[in-house]
Amino acid sequence: MRLSVDHTTRYSYASPVRSLVQSHRLTPSVCEGQRVLSWEISVTGGIRGADFTDGAGDRIQGWSIAGPLSEIGVTVKGEVETTDTAGVLRGHREAIRPEVWLRETAMTAADAGLGALAARASGEGSLALAHALAEAVAGAIAYRPGATHAHTTAAEALALGEGVCQDHAHALIACARLRGLPARYVSGYLFAAADGQPHEAAHAWAEIFVAGLGWVGFDPANACCPDARYIRLGSGFDARDAAPIRGVARGASGAESLDVAVAVLSAGQ
Amino acid sequence: MDAAFDEMNGSGGGTRIPYARLEDWLAHMPRELRSLKQAEAEALFRRIGITFAVYGEGGDPDRLIPFDMFPRVFSGAEWARLDRGVRQRARALNAFLVDVYGRGEIIRAGRIPADIVCRNAAYEKAAVGFVPPRGVYSHIVGIDLVRTGPDEFFVLEDNCRTPSGVSYMLENREIMMRMFPALFRENRIQPVDSYAGLLRRTLASVAPLKCEGEPRIVILTPGPFNSAYYEHSFLADLMGLELVEGQDLFVDGEYVWERTTEGPKRVDVIYRRIDDAFLDPLCFRPDSTLGVPGLMDVYRSGGVSLCSAPGAGVADDKAVYTYVPEMIRFYLGEEPVLNNVPTWKCADASDLKYVLDNLADLVVKEVHGSGGYGMLVGPKASRAEVEAFRARLCADPANYIAQPTLALSTVPTFVDEGVAPRHVDLRPYCLVGERIELVPGALTRVALREGSLVVNSSQGGGVKDTWVLAE
Repeated sequence: MRLSVDHTTRYSYASPVRSLVQSHRLTPSVCEGQRVLSWEISVTGGIRGADFTDGAGDRIQGWSIAGPLSEIGVTVKGEVETTDTAGVLRGHREAIRPEVWLRETAMTAADAGLGALAARASGEGSLALAHALAEAVAGAIAYRPGATHAHTTAAEALALGEGVCQDHAHALIACARLRGLPARYVSGYLFAAADGQPHEAAHAWAEIFVAGLGWVGFDPANACCPDARYIRLGSGFDARDAAPIRGVARGASGAESLDVAVAVLSAGQ
Repeated sequence: MDAAFDEMNGSGGGTRIPYARLEDWLAHMPRELRSLKQAEAEALFRRIGITFAVYGEGGDPDRLIPFDMFPRVFSGAEWARLDRGVRQRARALNAFLVDVYGRGEIIRAGRIPADIVCRNAAYEKAAVGFVPPRGVYSHIVGIDLVRTGPDEFFVLEDNCRTPSGVSYMLENREIMMRMFPALFRENRIQPVDSYAGLLRRTLASVAPLKCEGEPRIVILTPGPFNSAYYEHSFLADLMGLELVEGQDLFVDGEYVWERTTEGPKRVDVIYRRIDDAFLDPLCFRPDSTLGVPGLMDVYRSGGVSLCSAPGAGVADDKAVYTYVPEMIRFYLGEEPVLNNVPTWKCADASDLKYVLDNLADLVVKEVHGSGGYGMLVGPKASRAEVEAFRARLCADPANYIAQPTLALSTVPTFVDEGVAPRHVDLRPYCLVGERIELVPGALTRVALREGSLVVNSSQGGGVKDTWVLAE
């Protein structure tokens, strides 16, 4: 599939800030199943900083933006040729050992509810267990935008029974770790016209490490494994750790507002 | 505990050689002179302003730590062995850090369990895949040692992040030389004042590849409210470096810059005295205002060096400590010169059996505990306490380690009644950069209360000048 991405994030500040520093993870992962045809990131007034690939295989690009400024835009435009790898991450160079991804964070901390959910899933071998856990999470948390917020934990979303892709991913990560499977949060893009559901084009899912197979993606929000409709950007322990854009404004005294527009289209159609 | 080795008087066989000349000194020190000198020392410390808690113990930053004028003395031969042992350990700890943030050979070889490293809170995922200049993560390794006999030394713990207290090593010497110049003429005491120059050279030697010309080095402090702020400014003065706070630095493009009155200056090496968690809100704690946003990206792309490197703390973790002798064998192919305190891991069935059989003689600690909580000191516990602890231990053996109770050596110390033996420990500071450097000296902490083994300054500990005699 040939997917085109047009992603703009606009930050506005009620009173001008002195300067901004950002760290981006906005470049498609180098792996089987996605080939970048074109990819351009621009930041209004931004100076490119550090540029490297980290231990998780994510391409990191730093930016600094001199002020005073009241608004900046981060724009990502590109085209990626994708193929379906049945969710399996192959050809991805990374140096972090799988065991590292067993570590719990505040957002993925286990509680009794998650423990019970994880315990109910059963499967022959790690792969079947991972599928069962993804199904269990999909069944336990209904997709409902607005029910949760950026800081909702896995335990809270499960108790609520509703959430968005971030909550599904957090809950699945918590359950997988409870069953001894390394798991991580993945951020990326999703072309969602196919199923007609109104899922966010800026998407997130989870990867679970299956011995002998490697990392396998699971998207409980859509009850499937990532396929040719998905573009993978980067990973982390949780949503905060895997955030595609992180930034700090110096001399910020007023409120910051954020406006995000993402369009993922099938360029081949 | 009652048969402690005294470093001056041995185990009753007369004065040991390194201390021979101090006998005379002591004999010619009447009580009045002693009080006078003690008051003079205190005034000097006050004037210099050296008033901070050692080893980040917190407490009142303006409190003076008691200085005991009776020096601790090592012969050249005694020190030679400590020197070899400390350097060996510093090399092995750095080799371990290169390995666990790289290929992980020691884990693959099954010499240390993956979980102890990878699931350790001090193991920093962001440090994986980047090798700092010269493969050095811990540039200042502080090794805490105790002695139990003429030739018996044990390592209590390693400090690979930013060990503090070296300013005491330097100031204690300075003050002793001012007060007792004759002692320094009579004894061939090796100097320690090269430390600052060596530290500066060590820091300069790990400048990033991108650095052109003379590297610009700064010391990054959390600020004056920090209990070790005195030491930060002391070292900055000695080395002629800028002492900066996070707000004095900023990231622009691929580099870190310092705001100065002459405009921004590029910074190449940061000797940081703030913890990993506070270094960069973009990478670690987002609420931290002590650090520099974007610093980690610059570091990981080779634009600036951080001393110690983020993630170095995994090498000085309590659970990792037990594997340091194994690291020495694995990376260096040598036998450890300095031993760990024998440690039984209760997770291991045969170790557990030994611990349960000898519970009344051992110290049992929680693997991740600190501050003496959840701990059993066998010889000091009642039978009921031992039995209660036995039940907790059996319920969760993996959570505990056990060690023998050590009879820490004593050194004569001035007390109200005269001179009496008091227990001591030792922290040498090993520098690792292009070369490995260790000045012949260390910080000696002394437990001023009779019989006490607790040398912490928050619990009645003091400090002593530590001499290494030339052969």
